[in-house]
Amino acid sequence: MFDAHDITLTVNGAEVRARVDARSNLADFLRHHLRLTGTHVGCEHGVCGACTVLVDGASARSCLMLAVQADGRRIETIEGVARDGELHPIQAALSRHHGLQCGYCTPGVVMTLIELERDRQGRVLGEDEIRAALSGNLCRCTGYQGMVDAALELWGANTE
Amino acid sequence: MKAPAFKYHAPRSVAEAVALMGSLDNARVLAGGQSLMPMMNLRVAAPDHLVDLGRIAELARIEADDEGLWIGAMTSQRAVERSDVVAQACPLLAEAIAHVGHQQTRNRGTVGGSLCHLDPGAELPVVASALDAELEIAGPGGLRRLKFHDFAADYLTSTLAADEILVRLRAPRQAAREGSAFLEFNRRPADFAIVSVATRLRLDGAGAIVSAAIAVGGASFKPLRLGEIEAALVGKAPDEATLAQAGEAAAATPCDGDELYPADYRQDLLGTLVRRALTRAALRAGAQTHV
Repeated sequence: MFDAHDITLTVNGAEVRARVDARSNLADFLRHHLRLTGTHVGCEHGVCGACTVLVDGASARSCLMLAVQADGRRIETIEGVARDGELHPIQAALSRHHGLQCGYCTPGVVMTLIELERDRQGRVLGEDEIRAALSGNLCRCTGYQGMVDAALELWGANTE
Repeated sequence: MKAPAFKYHAPRSVAEAVALMGSLDNARVLAGGQSLMPMMNLRVAAPDHLVDLGRIAELARIEADDEGLWIGAMTSQRAVERSDVVAQACPLLAEAIAHVGHQQTRNRGTVGGSLCHLDPGAELPVVASALDAELEIAGPGGLRRLKFHDFAADYLTSTLAADEILVRLRAPRQAAREGSAFLEFNRRPADFAIVSVATRLRLDGAGAIVSAAIAVGGASFKPLRLGEIEAALVGKAPDEATLAQAGEAAAATPCDGDELYPADYRQDLLGTLVRRALTRAALRAGAQTHV
């Protein structure tokens, strides 16, 4: 059964029109249809956070969202984060603090941190808030300390 | 895995959604998808039709009046978490919502979705129980109202008919001299609760308990109210001995056990959490006694 739906959305600022099968999830649509393979697929049931993207600015598991539900929405993925070959400040901080090793979880982590930065609206963030946000992204190699250090360098108390 | 094939429907009104649910075989309502989509990806759910309520704007509103809040079934958990109106009118819900999943799932997960899914480890059904919340339900004959306790039927099962959808939740406004508290225990924050407790206490001018509500999650397939313990608290001052006694009584509640968390372990947790939650609620209600 192919249940076709025509959708129009923006992905990293560019308008995309596509015909999708109802059962296609947003992660697979991004990866297979748009060839945006930076969004990684880990568990496919909403636990690991590797597939985290922003939907109208809010972080979401793209394995738990259907592509057809993205019709009319604004999607941001890891491919839209670095500009003109320059790492985003969050990416640069993760690199400085060894906040990644194998890199599988990293695109999801970066998208979560981008949401956190927008939500903080200039507020200083404490370690608890940073850890709470990152608790939705499983990492099996860095142990999180580097990610937390990166976020604290950017938004913690000693940086203002 | 990937979800099995299905047909997708996106009604624009409640009436259209009800008509679809009444005419389609093996249809499921899609709310935020944070439980149903994993179940479909894991192939433990295989509906032939999904009726997505995400395009019905009227279902995603929070409204307040003198008696309380109306929270639309499709209101995201994140919107509730961020709502000043909810924090002010229903602090119990505001306190509990931060325990629901992760921010990445709260952004899409909905109040109505959690209430209809009725996971025994979920927070919102326990809050609805403690609040004696009413639910407004739309069906072919129009709207009807139901107490939450007549709605929660069994494991992952509500009393909604196949052609009905949940429209909104009625949460009463917290009264003067009332305090509430939500506590849960799990091994990592944001996991499903092993045991959770939602309490409300209202005091009179002299500081004695006028009414008490204690709802418990994780002990059984649906939220339990500890009615006998609630009744025994009425008329007493919420002092340390009284609340400790309530905790001990709560620890005698029969609990379901499983291979990870046996029944007696859950009972221990229950006793401790009930005592702590009642203590916190009493302080918030303005108790002057040394609780």
